[in-house]
Amino acid sequence: MTDRAAEVRRKASRPPALVMVLALAGLAVFVVPLLGLLARTPWQDLPQLLTEDVVADALRLSLIASLGATAISTVIGVPLALVLARVDFPGRPIVRGLVLLPLVIPPVVGGAALLFALGRRGVIGAPLYEATGLVLPFSTWGVIIATTFVAMPFLVITVEGALRNLDPRFEGAAASLGAGRWTVLRRVTLPMIAPSLAAGLLLTWARALGEFGATITFAGNLQGRTQTLPLAVFVALESDRDTAVALSLIMVAISLTVLVVLRERWWRSG
Amino acid sequence: MIRPRRGQLPRVALLAFLALALVAAACSSGSTTAESVILVSAAASLTNAFAEIETAFEVANPGVDVVLNLGGSSVLREQILEGAPADVFASADVTNMNLVVSGGVADSPQVFATNQLQIAVPLGNPGDVTGIADLADEQLLVGLCASGVPCGDLAGEALKRAGVAAAVDTHEPNVKALLTKVESGDLDAGVVYVTDVAGSEAVTGIDIPASANVTAGYPIAATTGGDNPDGAAAFVAFVLSADGQAILARHGFGTP
Repeated sequence: MTDRAAEVRRKASRPPALVMVLALAGLAVFVVPLLGLLARTPWQDLPQLLTEDVVADALRLSLIASLGATAISTVIGVPLALVLARVDFPGRPIVRGLVLLPLVIPPVVGGAALLFALGRRGVIGAPLYEATGLVLPFSTWGVIIATTFVAMPFLVITVEGALRNLDPRFEGAAASLGAGRWTVLRRVTLPMIAPSLAAGLLLTWARALGEFGATITFAGNLQGRTQTLPLAVFVALESDRDTAVALSLIMVAISLTVLVVLRERWWRSG
Repeated sequence: MIRPRRGQLPRVALLAFLALALVAAACSSGSTTAESVILVSAAASLTNAFAEIETAFEVANPGVDVVLNLGGSSVLREQILEGAPADVFASADVTNMNLVVSGGVADSPQVFATNQLQIAVPLGNPGDVTGIADLADEQLLVGLCASGVPCGDLAGEALKRAGVAAAVDTHEPNVKALLTKVESGDLDAGVVYVTDVAGSEAVTGIDIPASANVTAGYPIAATTGGDNPDGAAAFVAFVLSADGQAILARHGFGTP
């Protein structure tokens, strides 16, 4: 291997100037709205705004909903990804499409669909209400369900992609050495896709934190019960813009911190 | 050996540029084909009445395209104040109109209709709601519009006058969202406008006593920064004309 070859390789890996310019334009799409938010921030009143009840309630509910949705997605979304990646069954492309549907349909429509299914007169909601008296809409559980609906696809597609790229020979080797299916899953498969799993969880959590449309449509909007940060921002935008900006800043701060810190750690190791 | 698949990238790039060209063409043609577009930002409670007014106005003025942007008056106000394009603003309350006027974005508003509140319950009244006092019942699922939205502020005022502390389960972002949840039976009661009850086949109205009820005035104004001031003036005039007033009356609005 000559120095010249190394030099050529290094140069070739750097994108052309046009790509750099387009990349800057791409970055601007994200940075410009953030600048707008910062320009409107009432910095002096910020400490007082951040201690308002509505802010604390919304922050608490957002954490419950986003972590709850991530937990549920892990328990039922990872198995779904495993089945999609490893079980060959007729209609698999259709199931994959169904999983991606929440990414495409407007969250408000998703929320309405949840209401038709799980509302008090819904297909499942009506018998549930008659049997148990349980009403999911307008409850914190409703928020978690709406959030899971919108956020879980991120986990399923990330994990399924990782599983499909995983060399099945590792699992085959473990099995030939006498490991049972659970052991292979626990000791070989899941550890090998750990970086993707972590990235998927992070994406799922981030999407859950920002969820708005499905939540307000399915779960309604009540401070302390269903009003998450995005809902509080939306409502405050109409009556009290300073509070809205303060709430938005909290969301930006939390998500940016978590995404930068965790993504760096997990994706480096991956 | 891994060899780059030749022809793959250019094809992707070509597709991207084609898509971009398509979007550009669609955007430019959209703003030139119609002879005259009037952008009307109207309160959600005007949805049905303004849909009919739009049709009548377009029939009377061929070549004119009225585009309705419907939403909570406070959302529309915020959009207009932040520079969203609009030629006409029709608000469900004076407060939001005044904020737009004092922001210098519209002037000389005129009240073109009035409205009152009513309690909407799903058909069959599953919660056995008989009056405004029932809204304090914790067992019932009760919805109001959010504060800041006219129907929410008005409902708050009516509840205060009636001395009722409502056990609210949701503050909906606009009156149509609230009505939908009553229509579907997910809420037992919601405080909406008389006109919303009149326009819905899936709810029944329960009156709020006159001593507590509030009359809302709906102001309309042409914006100062709109692209089509002549069209805006013509639309405002039509809403205030006998034809426009007749349509509004048919949808249950009162005359100012």
